[in-house]
Amino acid sequence: MDITGRKLFVKALQEEGVDTIFGYPGGTVTDLFDELYKQDCIEVVLPRHEQGLIHEAEGYAKSTGKVGVCLVTSGPGATNIMTGLADAHYDSIPLVCFTGQVPLSLIGNDAFQEVDIVGMTRSITKYGVTVRRREDLGRIIKMAFHIAATGKPGPVLIDIPKDIQTATGPAEYPSNVQIRGYKPNESVHVGQLKKAYKLLRSAKKPLILAGGGINISKANDQLLQFAEKMQIPVVTTIMGKGAIPTTHPLYVGNSGMHGKYAANIAVSKCDVLFSIGTRFNDRITGDLNEFAPKAKIVHIDVDTASISRNVAVDVPVVSDARLALEKLLEWAETLDTEKWQEQIAEWNKTNPLEMRRDHGMTPQMILEHINKTFADAIYVTDVGQHQMWATQYLELDAWHQMITSGGLGTMGFGLPAAIGAKIGNPDREVVCITGDGGLQMNIQEMATAVVQGAPVIICLFNNYYLGMVRQMQQLFYGKRYAATCLRRRKTCPANCKGPNEACPPYTPDFIALAESYGAHGIRVEREEDIQAALDQARTYKDAPTIIEFMIATEEIVLPMVKGGNPMSEMILK
Amino acid sequence: MKNRWIALYVENQVGVLAKVSGLFSGKSYNLQSLTVGTTEDETVSRMTICVTSDDVTFEQIKKQLNRMVEVIKVIDLTSVPIHMKEILFAKVLHISAAEKQEVYQIAQVFHVEVADIGNDSVLLECKLTERRNNELITLLKSKFRTIEVVRGGAVAIESISTSCR
Repeated sequence: MDITGRKLFVKALQEEGVDTIFGYPGGTVTDLFDELYKQDCIEVVLPRHEQGLIHEAEGYAKSTGKVGVCLVTSGPGATNIMTGLADAHYDSIPLVCFTGQVPLSLIGNDAFQEVDIVGMTRSITKYGVTVRRREDLGRIIKMAFHIAATGKPGPVLIDIPKDIQTATGPAEYPSNVQIRGYKPNESVHVGQLKKAYKLLRSAKKPLILAGGGINISKANDQLLQFAEKMQIPVVTTIMGKGAIPTTHPLYVGNSGMHGKYAANIAVSKCDVLFSIGTRFNDRITGDLNEFAPKAKIVHIDVDTASISRNVAVDVPVVSDARLALEKLLEWAETLDTEKWQEQIAEWNKTNPLEMRRDHGMTPQMILEHINKTFADAIYVTDVGQHQMWATQYLELDAWHQMITSGGLGTMGFGLPAAIGAKIGNPDREVVCITGDGGLQMNIQEMATAVVQGAPVIICLFNNYYLGMVRQMQQLFYGKRYAATCLRRRKTCPANCKGPNEACPPYTPDFIALAESYGAHGIRVEREEDIQAALDQARTYKDAPTIIEFMIATEEIVLPMVKGGNPMSEMILK
Repeated sequence: MKNRWIALYVENQVGVLAKVSGLFSGKSYNLQSLTVGTTEDETVSRMTICVTSDDVTFEQIKKQLNRMVEVIKVIDLTSVPIHMKEILFAKVLHISAAEKQEVYQIAQVFHVEVADIGNDSVLLECKLTERRNNELITLLKSKFRTIEVVRGGAVAIESISTSCR
């Protein structure tokens, strides 16, 4: 018997095992919402803005391993999710996003709330398609879930014209789908991997560079065993942080622009760089001519296009990280790397990751308290200085996960992604580490957190500035703080060089703002009060808490490498 | 940097051409020509693409095309024997009778057809390689004041292997 498109839509979601979708209604999706209203297997989370919506879906997907599902209306609803699509595309987050579309007969007429969203998102989705025939709907949804979750995961967009939703057609939802142009890599080329292993075995100063691919393919145990068995030190990218426990003796730290001194020096001195699941982003490599100059490079990645794109590679291996590591574990023998490890420890001793402790409450102090406080938290960050501090100082292991916008660097990601993570993991504590700039970019999601009963703990690092940019102005632009002071008003002097007595008050008052949403607010100005605030926030189970940490205003993220410079040339003080 | 050729099998669907051409603009690849038409299987289109690039970029282009869901197969034609032709029409305008004779001579030498003729004009129809077409245009431009050219971009197919003859 034939059914309507809207019925098939809900049936498809149920068969895909979807229990939560993030949806914002509008003219072209009212039929789909009406159908969702009539069932109780799938919960619909209503955010306050579509950008918040898609970041919530990202946080949900990243923290649960499931596909995040979004449903928005045509036109502005669709364009508002574009930033999130790009973010998910960059960070390989599996999403299926449904957008409403005007009826087929109106497409191209500049109809009300019509945009060519598939055309607009072609370069920021893994796949995108407008459903043009009702009989294709089931197959397309099946394809979307398959494509989003397999290979290198990513966002898929399905644009459904309003009349497709109401048209009748086949009731079947296919159980599998064949796509002739899509064959994700599901095996590992053993010959190539053996070559990689032989190279590694011959190394005197081997180093593993672990990227986000380890966390995505859940190869953490295998990587740990491999590193331990072979006694190879590990550095990570930001997305790879937590690939092995950060407290492990073989873990050196993050490499890259704001990485640890020892990690970056180790990369530039190693003789074999064994990299897994990273695309050698410019934030990791710096000046390409000076990147790992002494090393032969092995690159294992599931995406062929990531290999030998930025960095010339000696042994490329196209494979899922876990498959490759499982194979490598069969061969692993212990190498004598004692001297090399001592050398790295020595570098670490000369330039440890540490902030001054003599000028007020520093981010390091806050993060140390956070590390002590939470036994199995999901940390979610926004983008900016606080994010770099979090990636430097947070301790991660099998019980602690970190979710961050690594590739796109999306301000406004933190709060909604944390809400999504909490919705997906109601029994775990979710801590959002954010800044006063980024938090305000999706502040309206406070309402979502409250109505969803998602008591995320928001650790707001307030320094009155868009700190990451201000840091660049501070160091490279003669303290000309162009458009980075969030307290600045028309009454301020044109050439203000920094905070002083005459500064206007900050707006908004985050404590009052939290309270207006029915959430909790705690302001912390001294180190002595950090722990009490965290403890108090943990007792609130009904609604989120903003802990506003008034950190030293001109604090900068160190060490740092100036964009385009070699990674060995770090600014340390 | 040199010219390289790719044959691309893609799904014959709305938006695929935009996606493929968008890749070239979005990633700053240097696209020389792109032609597309359906194949013997009407659900599949075949594109012939010419790009100018270095070795590393060309490898990357092939990988990027390969990872597109709508791309069924990427064939590198750069170093295999191929047959390649490009259709080109050239109208030579405002010419004297003597100049017409010259156009006929050129047509003979280049093995192109005279498709139409007017009082003071000649239309040439050329199915040559892209390079030969370029040469023809250069020649016509050097000899005559006004010419009008339209070209279709090259199509290419692998030669039949000698062992199959």
